[in-house]
Amino acid sequence: MAARVIVTTSGKGGVGKTTSTANIAAALAKFGKKVVAVDADVGLRNLDVIMGLENRVVYNFIDVIEKTCKMAQALVKDKRVPGLYLLPAAQTRTKDAVNPEQMIGLVEELKPEFDFVLLDCPAGIEGGFKNAAAGADEALVVTTPEIPAVRDADRIIGMLESMGKSPIRLIINRLRPNMVQDGDMLAKDDILDVLSIDLIGVVPEDESVIRSTNNGEPMTMTLDSPAAHAYLNIAERLLGRDVPLMDLESYATRGFFSKLKKFFTGKKK
Amino acid sequence: MDFLKNLFGGGKDGSGKIAKDRLKLVVAYDRTEMSPQLLDNLRDEIITVLTKYMDIDINKIEIDLDHDDKMVALVANIPVIKIKRGKVDVN
Repeated sequence: MAARVIVTTSGKGGVGKTTSTANIAAALAKFGKKVVAVDADVGLRNLDVIMGLENRVVYNFIDVIEKTCKMAQALVKDKRVPGLYLLPAAQTRTKDAVNPEQMIGLVEELKPEFDFVLLDCPAGIEGGFKNAAAGADEALVVTTPEIPAVRDADRIIGMLESMGKSPIRLIINRLRPNMVQDGDMLAKDDILDVLSIDLIGVVPEDESVIRSTNNGEPMTMTLDSPAAHAYLNIAERLLGRDVPLMDLESYATRGFFSKLKKFFTGKKK
Repeated sequence: MDFLKNLFGGGKDGSGKIAKDRLKLVVAYDRTEMSPQLLDNLRDEIITVLTKYMDIDINKIEIDLDHDDKMVALVANIPVIKIKRGKVDVN
């Protein structure tokens, strides 16, 4: 086994890198792949919480690099989905605690054991990003349909290209189909027009993201929401399957009718 | 129909269109931004090439990227002292 190593990145913070990493990792594991999600955000770790594994973290990958523990001791096995693992980041260290060579070494150690190594990258374009990206072959760039996020994504794509990552594919997160339909949000094609990279999926804005974070259970484990469906599709596309984009218009229509209903019932938002 | 559209908020030219136009501009500008380091490298290489063909006043060279609303231009102001005549050693 030689894992595919994929970094999830965005430039701008808060667009859904960690949520995307957790959900794609869980989805790939559901498809029978052996997956490790690596939290590369040293000092500001959160992947453990999003995945609901924070109580089971003992060691972290810095301990592995510094040989305080063995890799097998640092890996947290998710008991809900077979084949899903987390490699946590250190919370009390800074990003200077690792360098790109050490990250490459860490990934090389993981590669023979897994089908997928997903690296959850910190926001920004400094050391943390360079460390996380160093070990990866492929990249997923997450953006939201807003100018600051797309602008930062463009920066990051340029850097990933110059580092030779390929393919680099885009996730558009938190799209509100009804706002796009009303002309009040950047549409999928507007963003692709500017960034000119391949799209791997569009994730609609969905309240269940907040619920799943509250519960510490990635949505793709239960699959009862539009966002879960979108992430599952992304995982399938990563596996090379040809899955059509979700019909987000139907959500928009639902939005329209709910507005209509609100209008007639006189209910305010 | 327009009445309905207005009633339910938004029209064809909503803020999404404004966002797209602003995004295009800002990204186009970002893509032509050059770090001072890279600009220095460019300057040094231009000087290397030019001095094969002419004597230039190296201290008075100005090289910069000029941005305006519609385009970006590389503007170079290089005072020439003397063109080198005869055989030029290209290598």
